[in-house]
Amino acid sequence: MTVMPAPDEAANQSGTGTRPAKGRPVSPEDSAPIMRRVKTKLTSRWATAAAVIIATIWTVPTFGLLVSSFRPAAKQVGPRSDGWWNFFTDWDFTFKNYVDVTAAAGSQSANLSQYFANSVAIVIPVTVFVLVLASMAAYIFAWGNFKGREAAFIFVFALQIIPLQMALIPLLSLFTQVLQIPPGSYAQLWIAHTMFGLPLGIFLLHNFISEIPGEVIEAAKVDGAGHTTIFWRIILPLSVPALASLAIFQFLWVWNDLLVALVFSGGTADVAPITQRLAEISGTRGSRDYLNPAAAFVSIIAPLAVFFGLQRYFVRGLLAGGLKG
Amino acid sequence: MEFLGGKFLQVFIALAVFAALIGLIMLIVDRAPKSVKDKVTIVGFLAPAAILMLVGLVYPAVQTSFLAFTNASGQPNGLDNFVWMFTQPEALVTLRNTVIWTILVPLLSTGFGLAYAVFIDKARGERALKALVFMPMAISFVGAGIIWKLVYDYRGPSIEQTGVINAVRVALGMDPKQFLLDAPENTIFLIIVMVWIQTGFAMVILSAAIKGVPMELVEAARLDGANPWQQFRNVTIPGIRGALVVVLTTITIATLKVFDIVRTMTAGNYETSVVANEMYTQAFRAGEPGRGAALALVLFLLVLPIVVYNARVLRQQREIR
Repeated sequence: MTVMPAPDEAANQSGTGTRPAKGRPVSPEDSAPIMRRVKTKLTSRWATAAAVIIATIWTVPTFGLLVSSFRPAAKQVGPRSDGWWNFFTDWDFTFKNYVDVTAAAGSQSANLSQYFANSVAIVIPVTVFVLVLASMAAYIFAWGNFKGREAAFIFVFALQIIPLQMALIPLLSLFTQVLQIPPGSYAQLWIAHTMFGLPLGIFLLHNFISEIPGEVIEAAKVDGAGHTTIFWRIILPLSVPALASLAIFQFLWVWNDLLVALVFSGGTADVAPITQRLAEISGTRGSRDYLNPAAAFVSIIAPLAVFFGLQRYFVRGLLAGGLKG
Repeated sequence: MEFLGGKFLQVFIALAVFAALIGLIMLIVDRAPKSVKDKVTIVGFLAPAAILMLVGLVYPAVQTSFLAFTNASGQPNGLDNFVWMFTQPEALVTLRNTVIWTILVPLLSTGFGLAYAVFIDKARGERALKALVFMPMAISFVGAGIIWKLVYDYRGPSIEQTGVINAVRVALGMDPKQFLLDAPENTIFLIIVMVWIQTGFAMVILSAAIKGVPMELVEAARLDGANPWQQFRNVTIPGIRGALVVVLTTITIATLKVFDIVRTMTAGNYETSVVANEMYTQAFRAGEPGRGAALALVLFLLVLPIVVYNARVLRQQREIR
């Protein structure tokens, strides 16, 4: 289902053309392997140079933010401020910005540790809800037998295009007026995020689950297994790579969301996620601008950790979902 | 840290309630009489997701569609909102910007992503190089906004620059530039932020697709005398066509819906607004929900052809199976 990269050695060899293709007549080209090797080396050297340049350009913005977050206030704003790259010549280093944004007391404080905990408390239930509900639905779309299944599935796929903005006002009045979900609790955020995460979740998992060989399921049925047993004992364990990838997607998506939070959280330190707080403190220009880089870094540290730690699953599931269509 | 207790108690209760509900569904499905067991299973497994999607997406979308034909006080006003959209200069700028975004972001992201995927294929340190370009995918738009505001930072010509690009400009003898203020090119500088984020996505998908092209085919082309460019053009590209389509359409949809970048960096001022942002401004700031809804509807219509195309591809693939 996923493409495993060839071991390094084999890959290098095939790249320089020393490994003849299986069952193919040897052509005259092969008699000049040295020329070709030189040429390949050269092109690959240019390619590597170009790649390093792109990688540098892509990394410098984030790196600049990281460096800035360790610079004292006077170096970042005001008359004596200068660019973050000067850090490497004057070595003025401080942790104070991080202490200020996470631990400082008082109403002026960014108070990010509170908001960080809120983000965790929002993201974990949503991820569980979406994984379970989407895999149940995906199982039916893949293996259930009912009229209109195809049409229903394509409809779910098409739901992904409904812009969130389109859904917000009616949903907010539904939550507060009809369902009476108390504002200023996590419940509104959990439900809204789950609703918005389901179409993509079902689509991704369906692509994976429908690839599970029918014989496996038939065999289980012959052995007397019911739908629930098949689902929990066979489908879910076999879908772990796709589930892991969806979990990461969902985590990143909810953690990084701003719009849903703006509408449903009420903005208090009891509920609001860290992105909302970050938008607040960075939106007001003033003497505390020097805290923005540290605050931004606190907010992106969790997604970066998840991303680097679980990158393998992320990529694997992305491919299984996206490419198998 | 005493606040942690209350927060995690709530999380625990939510998870427990959810587990109980799912357990109940499973119990009902298991105990259903044999004659209706399949039907009960389908309903039981599908209903929770279906209800949530109907309430959370379908119903609001339908309501918004009706809203598009009403004025600020909720009275029907025919096509007035659409007339406004296609005649008022500021609304036309929004539409123009959206067109520029949806053309440039998918092309540039896919182009950079593909080039980078090819360059680093089998290079030493491939994984690390990939991670560097992929990393922005994990960063929120708000975070990206702060990162790029720092990059584009502007100071008067007489004092030290704090933004990288203006520092380079000054070093090269040019005047510092207000990247986010000067229309119309400021839209391009916002687009760069989106490209920065999406390139990693394109690169990862395309890189894997390239590795999936059978080695034998590339080898055969090489033996037939194809140079690296011809190998790429005639073997690799056709081999990854499916992945290219997935990448282009996914990024296009994401771009049409882009909101946070414009919101956090310019709030749509200085002629940088796009449809998704204007929709928010009209509906939540200007007290014109009808206009906001009309913009949402236009957005929906713009995305529709892409989704119809994708859905058709999807159906063909399923028929083959």
